[in-house]
Amino acid sequence: MKHWRRAVSTAILLGLMALVLLFIYAPIAWLVLSSISTRAELLAVPPHWIPEHPTLKNYRDILIPGTAVSEVARTFSITLRNSFIVAGSTTLICLVTGSLAGYALARLRLPFRNALFMSILGVRMVPEISLVVPLYIIAARLALLNKPIILIITYLSFALPFAIWMLSTFFESVPRELEDAALIDGSSRLGTLFRVVLPVAAPGIVSTALFTFLLAWDEFFFALIFTSTIAAKTVPVAIAEFTGRYAVDITAMMTGGVLAALPPVLLALIFQRYIVSGLSAGAVKG
Amino acid sequence: MAQATLRPPKTYSLLQYEIREGILFLLPAMVLIFGITLFPILFTFVLSFTDTPLSNPSPQNFVGLSNYLAFLRSAQFWQAIWRTVYFTVVSVGVELLLGLGIALLIHARPPGWAFLRTSLIIPWAVPTIVNGALWRWIYNADYGALNGLLYSLGVIEKYRPWLTEPMQALNLVIVADIWHSVPFIALILQAALATLPLELDEAAAVDGANAWQRFWFIRLPLLRPAILVALVIRTVEAFRVFDIIYVITQGGPAFGTVTISYLTYLESFSYGHLGSGAALSFLITLFTLVMALAYIRLLYRPEVQG
Repeated sequence: MKHWRRAVSTAILLGLMALVLLFIYAPIAWLVLSSISTRAELLAVPPHWIPEHPTLKNYRDILIPGTAVSEVARTFSITLRNSFIVAGSTTLICLVTGSLAGYALARLRLPFRNALFMSILGVRMVPEISLVVPLYIIAARLALLNKPIILIITYLSFALPFAIWMLSTFFESVPRELEDAALIDGSSRLGTLFRVVLPVAAPGIVSTALFTFLLAWDEFFFALIFTSTIAAKTVPVAIAEFTGRYAVDITAMMTGGVLAALPPVLLALIFQRYIVSGLSAGAVKG
Repeated sequence: MAQATLRPPKTYSLLQYEIREGILFLLPAMVLIFGITLFPILFTFVLSFTDTPLSNPSPQNFVGLSNYLAFLRSAQFWQAIWRTVYFTVVSVGVELLLGLGIALLIHARPPGWAFLRTSLIIPWAVPTIVNGALWRWIYNADYGALNGLLYSLGVIEKYRPWLTEPMQALNLVIVADIWHSVPFIALILQAALATLPLELDEAAAVDGANAWQRFWFIRLPLLRPAILVALVIRTVEAFRVFDIIYVITQGGPAFGTVTISYLTYLESFSYGHLGSGAALSFLITLFTLVMALAYIRLLYRPEVQG
């Protein structure tokens, strides 16, 4: 009897799991299948779910210069490069300045510490739309529009508070005795931070780097407002441009979508355990 | 004179020294953060009392409160607020229920649970814009997968446009948002579930509590902090929704999916009214601040400091 009930409940759980997996993978599958279909097969009614003539032509069109038809597709690989530059630089700056600040907040006895902590949390919540107009005015004045540097600077507005918060959580969990030993031996604060704290907190650093990179890679609004030329345009802007109001280049859009999703998805899967631990450390990317 | 020479040489106490170090450590990050957030927010506040045009963007023509008053009187503004609230409540509500369900499912450890947990990471990591583009293609009126699927299953006789009716368009944008955001809540909650003490659950089971009672009276109260954190984060995000709407509907049909962020974007960059755009964005900032206070009270526990 008991055995029988157990089998039924496992069957129900498996059924539910199948439903959730279908919900997760059906759109993903359609994204990937669309990217390897010919336009003719995609535009059939009903569409060929499994392409009869799968092709990598869409990828060639979008990645190899000179083969694509539309302007956006022709310049897609440049936007991919821009995204790497912007997200990479943002992550790097966040790790350096964020480690220093996060360490000070986690360890040093500062009179204004609580207030600082709270304002950092508060700043993290400020929506981009509240900042965009002044930043646009300043960027235009300083002739920084359409340059990657303006994206790197403005991305710090959400990425840096996030990184500081996350790093300080990880630094707090480093045993104090390790540091004290180094300090007594005459090591400076900075030396202790680099030689003792950072190596011990390495998993936390990886986690923070990962989340920061994903946040910056995902960003769309600032990139939309601050960049309109190929000099600094990022991948999300390029993909949005495929969906022009009148002509939607479906194969290019889906192929671009796969390419834009690959770096963050691969990173997140490879460093899975850092993602899960980062999420539970109160780290936050929606 | 003689007394002064007897004083010990001036030294810094350890605490003073630590404070000086702290300031140096904090300086680069603080200069950056406050330069790119605090200053722009104040600038936005000033702009919101002017009617500065996008074509000549330096603060000019002080108009007092008239930007704010104009919005309070405009139907477009209240409709955008209503849509934003609807979007936020429905999407976050559904996401929370589904997320909790999936977290409990993983926690029950059926065969293959680890694969499910890994799979959840994929929609979460897919960039928001790609998610939007994908669903826009799925909803396509002439060739979309939704039409294709329903047609193949015999549910519909012929293809139909899905995004031409405002309310339906808004709901379909919500579906896309749910696909993207449920994994986040499910991952946070399953991590929280894994840390709950088992003893209470077992004790209640021994006392004859059934599975539902154990969930409702034991696990759910213990999960409350994690649920609240997920809820506040998602609420703030949903309230500012922009990217996904920009890609799927561009605010259409007939402004039917224009949320408050989208209205701010239109005011500032399509109509070129930086002043009234600033007024709107300042209202969003105020709302966010209230939510941020709630968030800080949930997340910031002074007792964890060393």
